[in-house]
Amino acid sequence: MCGIVGLFLKNKDRQPELGQMLSRMLVTMSARGPDSAGIAVYGAGDDDKVKLTLRVADGIDPESLKSEIATALGAPIAVRVRSSHIVLTVTRLQEASALDWLRRRKADVQFVSAGANMEIYKEVGLPEHVAREFGVADMHGTHGIGHTRMATESAVTTEGAHPFSTGKDQCLVHNGSLSNHNAVRRTLQREGLAFSTQNDSEVAAGYLTWRMSQGASLRDSLSSSLNDLDGFFTFVVGTRNGFAVLRDPIACKPAIMAESDDYVAFGSEYRALSVLPNIERARVFEPEPATVYAWEHS
Amino acid sequence: MPTHDLNVTPVRAVNEALHGLPPDTNETFWQIDNPQGKHAIGVGIDAPVDVEINGHVGYYCGGMNKLASIRIHGNAGTGVAENMMSGTVHVMGDASQSAGATGCGGLLIIDGDAAARCGISMKGIDILVKGSIGAMSAFMAQAGSLVVLGDAGAALGDSIYEATIFVRGNVQSLGTDCIEKPMTPVDRERLAGVLHRAGLNGEAKVDDFRMYGSARQLYHFHVDNIASY
Repeated sequence: MCGIVGLFLKNKDRQPELGQMLSRMLVTMSARGPDSAGIAVYGAGDDDKVKLTLRVADGIDPESLKSEIATALGAPIAVRVRSSHIVLTVTRLQEASALDWLRRRKADVQFVSAGANMEIYKEVGLPEHVAREFGVADMHGTHGIGHTRMATESAVTTEGAHPFSTGKDQCLVHNGSLSNHNAVRRTLQREGLAFSTQNDSEVAAGYLTWRMSQGASLRDSLSSSLNDLDGFFTFVVGTRNGFAVLRDPIACKPAIMAESDDYVAFGSEYRALSVLPNIERARVFEPEPATVYAWEHS
Repeated sequence: MPTHDLNVTPVRAVNEALHGLPPDTNETFWQIDNPQGKHAIGVGIDAPVDVEINGHVGYYCGGMNKLASIRIHGNAGTGVAENMMSGTVHVMGDASQSAGATGCGGLLIIDGDAAARCGISMKGIDILVKGSIGAMSAFMAQAGSLVVLGDAGAALGDSIYEATIFVRGNVQSLGTDCIEKPMTPVDRERLAGVLHRAGLNGEAKVDDFRMYGSARQLYHFHVDNIASY
């Protein structure tokens, strides 16, 4: 099953409410995905810096890592703790040392995402608990994507939770399952991409990262995925300034969208949209099969 | 007049109250407020009552309906009026996929558009869509009429049996074994009947529709048709 929610704000005044709106949407999709939940939020960022979101293993106090990281990088840096996740904001020069430190500590600290603006939080548990643990309601930003998972193909683990990120500021959530993901993964590995799970959705994320690294737009990357990815899917994708939706050619998995002057919103079901402000005045529509819908902030 | 607010009363309690109605009930007008996209509202009613649902509904609203007239003042999710036996379900907005799926009788009216697979495997229901319908509609449709004032998406009527499709707008493509057919006087009467029952008296002319049905080449397996299955 699985549930997806997505929100792309058109009205800047709504940015302080992004997290609150997203977390309310996420909770409505608990019945579709009670196993785990995850969220990607595009918040404030700096062109010269990278935010590394990391997950700290159970039994290790995230606070205790702050001084260790400062020592490894040779300078104090901003570290924000949100439950089991920490976000390091580093300069592009410091990024390599931070990743070196991460490799040394990989038994205890896992890489989740990197980007100027994007932070990803995901954990096993009921969506309501996950949203509360991470304080999603307090997050500000321009757009965000959330996922509630009912695992069918692989174990209920944090690594198997969505969103998946395979490139800076890029993330994907997926409802469905792909049938040719092993073949596509091998192709992408030969192209130099690395994957951290056996999950089919991570392959879809990697595919888009690969296309965009070749210079394709988000829209064109999704269009070509219709030829190269086999299976059933509804994808919702985020980039630093973009937000896109694609359903497979027979539209197996549910999707509904709303657009108003304030926002573009996506939900697996209308229930997810029903909690949004002024939804009764938004244009509610169902995305067509095999059609790319994309929005970008200029 | 029973009125239920789904922010207060669970869907299951409202459905149980509707299921408990005797055939000669005097409680013939029901209001349901704040549906908020909840699933299975008004499923399995078997009484001649009017039900007004004020807002958007989730999956399977009005499923298995017998006798009741259900009006949805909003959009409907997947499978509205699925397996309806008799009565009327009227969606005043758009319907999601599989509207009227497997319906055996009654009338489903959709004022807006219906998404993919409208009337899939319909078995006697009549469906009237004032907007357009999505891809793969009337797949394996067995009996009843699907009337569309707008356009139809790809693969209309794929593997259709004896249901009849009337479309006023464009058809993107026909599915396997579905062909356009000339309308006989009986067909014209049937179409006029559905338009009349849906309250469209004179707004849509029978002459403006084209009719589609089965070529009857796939009823039985034949090796020459292997590529079409």
